[in-house]
Amino acid sequence: METIWFWFVAFLLTVYVLLDGFDLGAGALHLVVARTDEERRSVLRSIGPVWDGNEVWLIAGGGTLYFAFPALYASSFSGFYLPLMLVLWLLVLRGISIEFRSHIENPVWAPFWDVVFAGASLLLALFLGAALGNVVRGVPLGEAGWFFVPLWTDFLVGPHPGVLDFYTLSVGLTALAALALHGALWLSHKTEAAVQERARGVAGRLWWAVVGGTLLITTLTWWVQPLVPRHLGERPWAWVFPALALFGLALVRRALGARRDLQGFLGSCAYLAGMLASAAIGLYPYVLPSVGPGPGLTVHTAAAARSGLAIGLAWWIPGMMLALAYVAFLYRRFRGKVSLEGEGY
Amino acid sequence: MDALTVDRLQFAFTVTFHYLFPQLTMGLALLILLLETQALRTGEERWERAARFWAKIFGINFAVGVVTGIPMEFQFGTNWAVFSKAAGGVIGQTLAMEGVFAFFLESSFLGLFLFGREKLGKKGHWFTALAMFLGSWLSGYFIVATDAWMQHPVGHAVGPGGAITLESFRGLLTNSWAIWQYLHTMVGAVITGCFALAAVGAWYVLVEREVAYGRMFVRVGVLVGVVASVVQLFPLGDIQGRMVADHQPPTLAAMEGLFRTGRGAPLAIVGQPDVARGELDNQLIVPRALSFLTYRRWEAEVKGLDAFPEQDWPDNIPLLYYSYHIMVGLGTLFIAILAWSAFSLWRGTLFESRASLWLLMLALPFPYIANTAGWLTAELGRQPWLIWGLMRTSQGASPTVSSGNGTFTLVGFMGLYFVLGVLFIFLVGREIAHGPGGEGETPAPSDELAGRQA
Repeated sequence: METIWFWFVAFLLTVYVLLDGFDLGAGALHLVVARTDEERRSVLRSIGPVWDGNEVWLIAGGGTLYFAFPALYASSFSGFYLPLMLVLWLLVLRGISIEFRSHIENPVWAPFWDVVFAGASLLLALFLGAALGNVVRGVPLGEAGWFFVPLWTDFLVGPHPGVLDFYTLSVGLTALAALALHGALWLSHKTEAAVQERARGVAGRLWWAVVGGTLLITTLTWWVQPLVPRHLGERPWAWVFPALALFGLALVRRALGARRDLQGFLGSCAYLAGMLASAAIGLYPYVLPSVGPGPGLTVHTAAAARSGLAIGLAWWIPGMMLALAYVAFLYRRFRGKVSLEGEGY
Repeated sequence: MDALTVDRLQFAFTVTFHYLFPQLTMGLALLILLLETQALRTGEERWERAARFWAKIFGINFAVGVVTGIPMEFQFGTNWAVFSKAAGGVIGQTLAMEGVFAFFLESSFLGLFLFGREKLGKKGHWFTALAMFLGSWLSGYFIVATDAWMQHPVGHAVGPGGAITLESFRGLLTNSWAIWQYLHTMVGAVITGCFALAAVGAWYVLVEREVAYGRMFVRVGVLVGVVASVVQLFPLGDIQGRMVADHQPPTLAAMEGLFRTGRGAPLAIVGQPDVARGELDNQLIVPRALSFLTYRRWEAEVKGLDAFPEQDWPDNIPLLYYSYHIMVGLGTLFIAILAWSAFSLWRGTLFESRASLWLLMLALPFPYIANTAGWLTAELGRQPWLIWGLMRTSQGASPTVSSGNGTFTLVGFMGLYFVLGVLFIFLVGREIAHGPGGEGETPAPSDELAGRQA
């Protein structure tokens, strides 16, 4: 039962990264790929109708985590207090910059929100990666299951780590490159003319950064978190996930050469999903490893009572079916290239 | 300030600011659906333009509601970790249901609701308005059910080690407290929406711009509002009050400023509680009315604060007492204003009375104050409990978050939300200046001349 919910939460967070990932990535590249007001509006229109829904996957993931693994939710949210609050503020700023920008046509108003939007998107992509790095590296859990990490200490991985150290920063930068690539591929698929050309060009360069980053963090992970190589060694079937990530990367390269934008975007989805699933299976049954003194949290020690988990299944599965139907409807309505005609962002 | 105080202040500040927006979202969702229905039924363009105008304000309001709502869900974990660890298996369910059932629905149709009028056609667009109404009202239910469980926990069991487990899903969702508090909350939101329509409408009539739309907004706001404000007091407010008497008797005593137990308890209309002396100063009372309202008998005994150990008293009795009295006082005032306006509308004199229009316009802040005071009453009344009878507020905060870190983020939220508030007022002000009929779109002199000649 706990394992089912582990995969449900992993599913929600993976979909969150795939979906909000492209609008974060597009945001991070906003100032680079779009120069004029029209170009910038086309970037905003390519994510405008969906960004809010994409963030709902994070809310749904957080909510599901809350009732399925309350001890993990409580321990990690209080332990990562400062970085989470910074993420919240960035989400606030980013949300209003998208929604407020196009209310006023003015040479001061719009460029201001463009910079806020790009800056917040970039930092969020970096922080989400660093957050993943923290979970993989582990935190100094006490005997009672609580911890607190400051934003940084000496930037080294040790018994007193900070949120930012060389490992989590490497993961953060790789995540930024990967999400920027994801966003560039989305923009190549959704936009035309100058924005599309620039997005394709940027994607070609970012691909190499992602390859480099992936090699770096994989090597570092082997060394920082021995659980990962051990678990992957014990579970040969789990190699399907790293293989999926590599396949995705190769597909992106091929699609970039052939200018098949949608195929490239799907390849990037496969890469991100493969990487996240590899991290999940590499840690499982741990959900938050410890660097001491107390034991790490596992799906069993962090889960809510079975009775509640069983009740949850009864509404969660039909609820998510319904949600998937809405989301499919939304993306279907929104398919094709964006146009600047009519009301909108 | 100690860490607990900072945690409480931060939650109180962020949730109070947040709820300024959803109350208008939920109220407007119903009123816009009404306007859209009229547009579909009559085929008249003015209803469609009215709906379009309010949808723009809805959009700005919704955006601020969303971005200030996300920090609420996070704060259960960041600042109230002990509470979350113990109760997450129960209240996490309703919070997750809000995401799965309400937020996916709202977010999928918001874009089409705001910008899809041309693409979808009239019927299709009406359905997006319906989706926004359902989504926002469902969302309200899950949140109120979450709060209701903390006010009056049902459907759970307490295991060894203090973990609280969910035993009855139906119990959690059909909690009687949730149902009545939900109706009270939603009607409160409708009242805010009605005053928004009436106030903006009154302003248009008074400044002699968009007068036809101004009158329409006043009419819709007043007519829906008068029904809502009456229902809000009776039966909803009355039932809510008796529920507090049944399940939270010390809270009722503190709300009413009743320090001593007795038969034929009076209802305090005005007065300042002095908790140290156990007296209500400068009181203006209706003798025996509290007994009657609570138990329907003039001589019934009502328990005062002296009937309960001091450690179970709400920890801020004066603020609780004032919040409750402000809510009830304003609620009564709403009935008076709206009934008078509805009566004048019926006689056909409302739009000739500038005083009435001024009153409707200036009343706009009061439903916000009343809704806020209502929530303050509910949450201060729950003290000193975090979960009534199960966990005290002092036991629920995060053990590892220091006062310094909490103060840092409290100050940050204050700064950020101040900016949000200014931006919101600025953008909504622009939309109102722009107007529903497009009189503000192009300051074309020819139109003005044509108007004068006519």
